[in-house]
Amino acid sequence: MAIDKNEQYIDFEKPIVDLYNKIEELKRVSAETGVDMTGEIEALQQRVENLYRVTMKDLTPYQRLQIARHPKRPTTLDLISGVFEDWFEMKGDRLYRDDPSIIGGIAKLSGISVVVIGHQKGNDTKTNVYRNFGMPYPEGYRKAMRLMRHAQKFNLPLITFIDTPGAYPGIEAEERGQSNAIAESICLMSSLSVPSLAIVIGEGGSGGALAISVADRIAMFENSVYSVISPEGCASILFRDAKFANEAACALKMTSYDLLNLDIIDEIIEEPLGGAHRDKDLTILKVKECIQRNITNLLKLSEEERKMAKWKKYADMGKYSSK
Amino acid sequence: MLEKFFNVKKREIPGGLWTKCPNCNNAIYTRELNDNLKVCHHCNYHFRLTVQERIDITFDSFNEMFSGILPVDSLNFVDTMPYSERLKDAISKTGKEEAILVGIGTIADKQIAAGIIDFDFVGGSMGSVVGEKIFRITNYARENKLPLILFSSSGGARMQEGMLSLMQMAKTSMVVGKYKEMGGLYISVLLHPTTGGVSASFATLGDVIVAEPGALIGFAGPRVIEQTIRQKLPQGFQRSEYLLEHGMIDSVVERKALKETLKKLVTWHGY
Repeated sequence: MAIDKNEQYIDFEKPIVDLYNKIEELKRVSAETGVDMTGEIEALQQRVENLYRVTMKDLTPYQRLQIARHPKRPTTLDLISGVFEDWFEMKGDRLYRDDPSIIGGIAKLSGISVVVIGHQKGNDTKTNVYRNFGMPYPEGYRKAMRLMRHAQKFNLPLITFIDTPGAYPGIEAEERGQSNAIAESICLMSSLSVPSLAIVIGEGGSGGALAISVADRIAMFENSVYSVISPEGCASILFRDAKFANEAACALKMTSYDLLNLDIIDEIIEEPLGGAHRDKDLTILKVKECIQRNITNLLKLSEEERKMAKWKKYADMGKYSSK
Repeated sequence: MLEKFFNVKKREIPGGLWTKCPNCNNAIYTRELNDNLKVCHHCNYHFRLTVQERIDITFDSFNEMFSGILPVDSLNFVDTMPYSERLKDAISKTGKEEAILVGIGTIADKQIAAGIIDFDFVGGSMGSVVGEKIFRITNYARENKLPLILFSSSGGARMQEGMLSLMQMAKTSMVVGKYKEMGGLYISVLLHPTTGGVSASFATLGDVIVAEPGALIGFAGPRVIEQTIRQKLPQGFQRSEYLLEHGMIDSVVERKALKETLKKLVTWHGY
């Protein structure tokens, strides 16, 4: 594991990057002068590893959000191409157009066919504009619903990858029924009886994320977030100023650890040191293991058992007291 | 997502002898306004009704059910004030337990399972209690083969309950979906305003969806959209009539015709 000097890093990584640079410098000097510095270099390497581990353990929710939004973070397409042996993308909602901010299709995983749906962000300005920064229009959700029905019809397990700042708030989106598209998608997904697993891989932004997350099991990448509203939005409404996003991120309990405690999610997928983008191969291995284990377990249940368990899972969501 | 989000004038509820219409600025004799179901006879502006007033103009009788389900501050949420304080304020201001009242109402001797969201209680926002009460009344309607009518006016999910409130969208959509699948008639009545997590869940899932005139209905609030796209919104954007034109609702129904419309719909579906 190493951080490239030229690579983007997040502010809390600065001391770590500095130490890495120092190690590089020592190596260079050692090579030039022929003086053996192996001891110093190893000690420094040990120090930087420890520092990185401690830093990652104590991240604030807002710092985790920065990892979740990292431009190099693996996207749905990265995971699909890494996890599955092959896949066939299915486009369009058959009503209006194809929305590139939600992708989906049928894929092969260790010999079995599954249906995959996920939000898709870009990784530079051009692709982000094309993907609308992962913010779907109603037609994205209508495409997702088409694929959910496809999974149900052919009795195929459903895997969804969640990574969106939220559904797109725009004029056309409203005119074409953003609310209704999300509501229908939530409703449909809650009624499916095929095994389903939702994995939050980056940002789980509100209703736009929930629309394709109503699964039998919900997993989250360690540094991903899942929230009723973005911390910036929450800050500007409740704290009356967007600059309180940090405070809002804490208050909203949006990290994987918070949501495991609140029984909202079922498991956390541990990320490589520094975040999923620092070691994509390891990330892919972990995702693959998570999918295989969950689908295997869900397939052991009968259709009726899965339906009942899902009903109970979402019926039990919420905390209140009774008089 | 809350009151201030929609620039709702706090004191538009008629109190004195004269009431100023916030839409056309005309002064209206309060008694006349009340006799007209709180609809301005100059400009047809529909003033907000309290939950009790809504019940009074809709049902011949009403029995509340599932009371005593109370909110808790599971997240220990603090913004400009602690959520627990905000709840206490809302309870003392409205005299209500939470932002929804559910029960069985009757129209012309027909029993109807109903829920009415109270916008005055933390902006009608949906937290765990609103979700649970909708869940229970919908199940009750399914088990007893009653029609279901939900009146919505809400800023959306209750942010102070974090993900617990987002999950109420899943819970209410799931229960309404099952009720419809089993043959039940669900009529959704959209009132001013219905946005966010409520409009993106049970409120837009009705077999029949009707709205009062001029109600703001949408996924994102107009200010959020303006900030995102940085352009002015079209005239009448996100109002009931606009949604009707775009195929998102079945009908815009005047307040004075609402009871008759609901009665007709319920009986015509064989109840």
